[in-house]
Amino acid sequence: MSPPTPPAPPRAIFIGENMRALNRKLFRDLSHSKGQSFAIATVMAAGVMTLVVFVTALDALRFTQERFYDDHEFAHLFADLTRAPKQLESRIRALPGVRGVEIRVRAPVRVEVEGFPDPVRGEILSIPPGHPPEINRLYLRRGMLPEGSETAIAVNEVFAAAHGLQIGDTLRMVIRGQRVRLRVSAIVLSPEFVYQLAPGSLIPDYERYGVFWMSERVLSRAFAMEGAFNNVVLTLDGTVPEADVKAELDRLLARYGGLGAAGRDEQVSHRFLEEELSQIEAMTTVLPAVFLGTAAFLLHVLMGRMVRTQREQIALLKAFGYSNRAIAAHYASFSGLVVSIGVIAGVVLGARVAEGLARMYLTYFRFPDLDFRLRSGVLLLSAAVAGGAALVGAFSAVRQAASLPPAEAMRPAPPPTFRKTLLERSPLWGHFAQTSRIMFRNLSRHPLKAVFSVTAIACGCALLVVGSYQFGAVDHMLDIQYRVLMPMDAHLMFTDPVHERALGELRHPTGVRYLEGYRSVPVRVHQGFRSVQTSILGMEADSALRPLVTESGRRVPLPRDGLLMTDFLAEDLGLKAGDTVALEILEGRRRRVYAPLAGVVSEPMGVNLYMERRALNRLLREGPALSGVWMLNDAEQQEQLFQELAEVPALAGMSDMRQAERNVRAHIEGTTLGVMGVVLLLSFSISFAVVYNNARIALAERERELATLRVLGFSRGEVAWVLVAEVALLTTLAIPLGWLLGTGLARLLSKSMSMDLYRVPFHITPWTYSFSAAAILGASLISLLLMSRRVWRLDMVSALKSAE
Amino acid sequence: MHPGEAVFVAQDLTKHYEMGEVTIEALRGVDLELRTGELVVLLGPSGCGKSTLLNILGGLDTASGGSLRYRGQDLTRAGERMLTRYRRNDVGFVFQFYNMIPSLTARENVAIVTEIAPDPLSPEEALSLVGLADRMDHFPSQLSGGQQQRVAIARAIAKRPSVLLCDEPTGALDSATSVSVLESLETLNRELGTTTALITHNQCIGGMADRVLHMSDGRIVNVTANPSRAAPRDLHW
Repeated sequence: MSPPTPPAPPRAIFIGENMRALNRKLFRDLSHSKGQSFAIATVMAAGVMTLVVFVTALDALRFTQERFYDDHEFAHLFADLTRAPKQLESRIRALPGVRGVEIRVRAPVRVEVEGFPDPVRGEILSIPPGHPPEINRLYLRRGMLPEGSETAIAVNEVFAAAHGLQIGDTLRMVIRGQRVRLRVSAIVLSPEFVYQLAPGSLIPDYERYGVFWMSERVLSRAFAMEGAFNNVVLTLDGTVPEADVKAELDRLLARYGGLGAAGRDEQVSHRFLEEELSQIEAMTTVLPAVFLGTAAFLLHVLMGRMVRTQREQIALLKAFGYSNRAIAAHYASFSGLVVSIGVIAGVVLGARVAEGLARMYLTYFRFPDLDFRLRSGVLLLSAAVAGGAALVGAFSAVRQAASLPPAEAMRPAPPPTFRKTLLERSPLWGHFAQTSRIMFRNLSRHPLKAVFSVTAIACGCALLVVGSYQFGAVDHMLDIQYRVLMPMDAHLMFTDPVHERALGELRHPTGVRYLEGYRSVPVRVHQGFRSVQTSILGMEADSALRPLVTESGRRVPLPRDGLLMTDFLAEDLGLKAGDTVALEILEGRRRRVYAPLAGVVSEPMGVNLYMERRALNRLLREGPALSGVWMLNDAEQQEQLFQELAEVPALAGMSDMRQAERNVRAHIEGTTLGVMGVVLLLSFSISFAVVYNNARIALAERERELATLRVLGFSRGEVAWVLVAEVALLTTLAIPLGWLLGTGLARLLSKSMSMDLYRVPFHITPWTYSFSAAAILGASLISLLLMSRRVWRLDMVSALKSAE
Repeated sequence: MHPGEAVFVAQDLTKHYEMGEVTIEALRGVDLELRTGELVVLLGPSGCGKSTLLNILGGLDTASGGSLRYRGQDLTRAGERMLTRYRRNDVGFVFQFYNMIPSLTARENVAIVTEIAPDPLSPEEALSLVGLADRMDHFPSQLSGGQQQRVAIARAIAKRPSVLLCDEPTGALDSATSVSVLESLETLNRELGTTTALITHNQCIGGMADRVLHMSDGRIVNVTANPSRAAPRDLHW
């Protein structure tokens, strides 16, 4: 009887227990290449972080916006008019497609805040009698709406916060020349003023411009609008195209001085918000693509080298019986580990930064609350995108490891083959030292790697160019706007046009040095089927306080007859010098007049028409009237001046232009530092990682060659140069490419930021180029310094012992 | 005994390495004199210290104790800068694994040395001396092992070194190729008068030397002088 056969031993499955040794190898390999793995994980983290940050911030802001708009019945159409009887409301409501209508009184005001010397402007909107607004509903942060009260007012939150206003505080206001004392009864937010901007401004000034709401009864009386309205907002039910409702509304309001209704797309707050959101949207793809692409490339290089140097180990493992799949899994988990570190770091950082970024946006865009949620979908998406990038990067190396036949792998890899480069046909080649030839041949052996490296470093450089360009360009724009085009110290606006005699009286207050009056009138420019609402500014032919210039900066005097026009508008409407412009005057009797276009002028903010003031007066068939005054005054006596001007009843508002400029600049500087810091860090990390990996791998692969050079009598410095020269060449190629790329991106950006509200000029300074180059060189230098330690310690004896 | 003046004089040369907690005594007191134009073979089993001795003679490594003078200069006290200059101007090296720069052609592998040496042969002359005039523009990957080793020899002698140090130059080659490499070394020693020290564990190569130094356990245990040098092709493999 044969003995019972012993049970077959379980088949080895290479997971868990059985993989212990291999796992240990995994961690040792990781620690052996920790510098490179860290660099790759960093770039990966930067990619994941930017993805998480921008997707989450976009998501939060969109959601917050939608909810605020929906819950607070944000209007679809907005229309200003001169004055219409309240009875018109029912006819507006009867228009097809209209869901809700709210008629309002809207009045410009001058505000005096106790303890705040600068002039403050604002606008007041009426609250309908007996109930809170139903369209553009107010979000009540604190207090009670001033529905019936004579003296109560609701204040937009940003203004209240800027001045530390509390419920019960009082404000003095001048409405249509009448001074009133009002008590703050509520602090509110409105979907209409998410981005609260004074007309004609680019950046909010919460201290010097405010939006207020008060009882319609009180406001109508103060503004002489009893039984009438001058502003209407509508919501639509979507059954009729918006354009059709708008056309009907315009027709209805035309005889009441309607200025033409605007949709949300023309509403300032909404437009700025959408503009910002679409810029964030662009960020969600561009930045992560650059970083994850670079990380994939670096992973590809690292994994490729690891499999090459571990050929014999792979063969040995296979000889011991490890399956191809186990080997593939081993190398795949190595990249998986590196990527996981990057993803985790990116998600953690991203989650932290995203809320910060979204909250930073909330300082410009005011919502009741931020609906910030870190959606697991976003995190999964980021991990998936990063994992995809890693897969692309590691695929070929892992496949190579899996498919290596053990017998072949046991033999040392054949010596690297080199070919003569194209460069060698040039007569210059003879002048290159052998060390330079080594560099060129090494680069040309892996041309794709060189191209990727240069491209990645160039992306880092381009990022810096675009980053610093933005701020330089905005700075340049402000220089043009405030130093060249608006050199006045103060700007005074009259409630209604006044006779030019008023100029004489305004010379008297303390510190006034120079005055220029202007006339401004709203117009609608008609051209073919299109029409654009803007205004004509009538001023002195060679105004000192509002000079007009061409794109190249040459002064343009106003012609005796005819118009000048902002070039952006002329181009937009397809008008050129010599054409006749059809104008609908949106003041008084709304006549249609024609004037020749004498030329175009260039300016970064707004679109305008310009005429000689008296010519404009004639066109309007009026006497020598003024709408406002520009002024130069003594800076030291300014406080006194504004106090005296506050007593002039005819003034609807005053602006301190120098203060406005300082505010804008301070605001931009604050943002610049933060954003540039992040851009610098990101660019730095990408350049550093690429340069470090290149140099590190060059050193590892050519340790023997470098040791040989040392043996042959080359000094440490000369040997280091072989590596340095390669990095230097890559960086030198990358920087101009980065400049080119960055300049192209800046051009795109400048194009995308060209609209009627403002146009950021395409203006790159040498500083931008040198700054970006310096940062890239700095990153290269640091990685080389880290490298040089290893070159210094290069051990000739041991490097020579082994076979190739 | 060879009549020339002394190139190297070593007295009680020692070298030890710290390998973790173990100290390895690689040289335990070597006394040695090499004279101009001499061809010396160092014989001994692996680990006996012959490579360590050669590395110290060539300025790749420094001794732990004793003294080593090269033409009257104290090499045991030389700093990094001086050793680099010494390697650059005075010493030629040939190694078992050729140590070619793979990205440079044969001519360029020689030129990399002639470019920094004070009074070199031209790369073409040096390669002609080792019989490779027709392979000058080949890359290492296009050359056989023997050819690569001859390029290495051309590279070593192109600077007209005072001493040529060869560490197992035929260790990776078959016998026929080895003979051609050894012939190159013998010719150069005879015609240029370059002092040559050659490490091998192949006994029979000793026949081509003026003197054979037997090393064991970090010491020179025996010196034999050949009355006449055998031609490499007459050696019995």
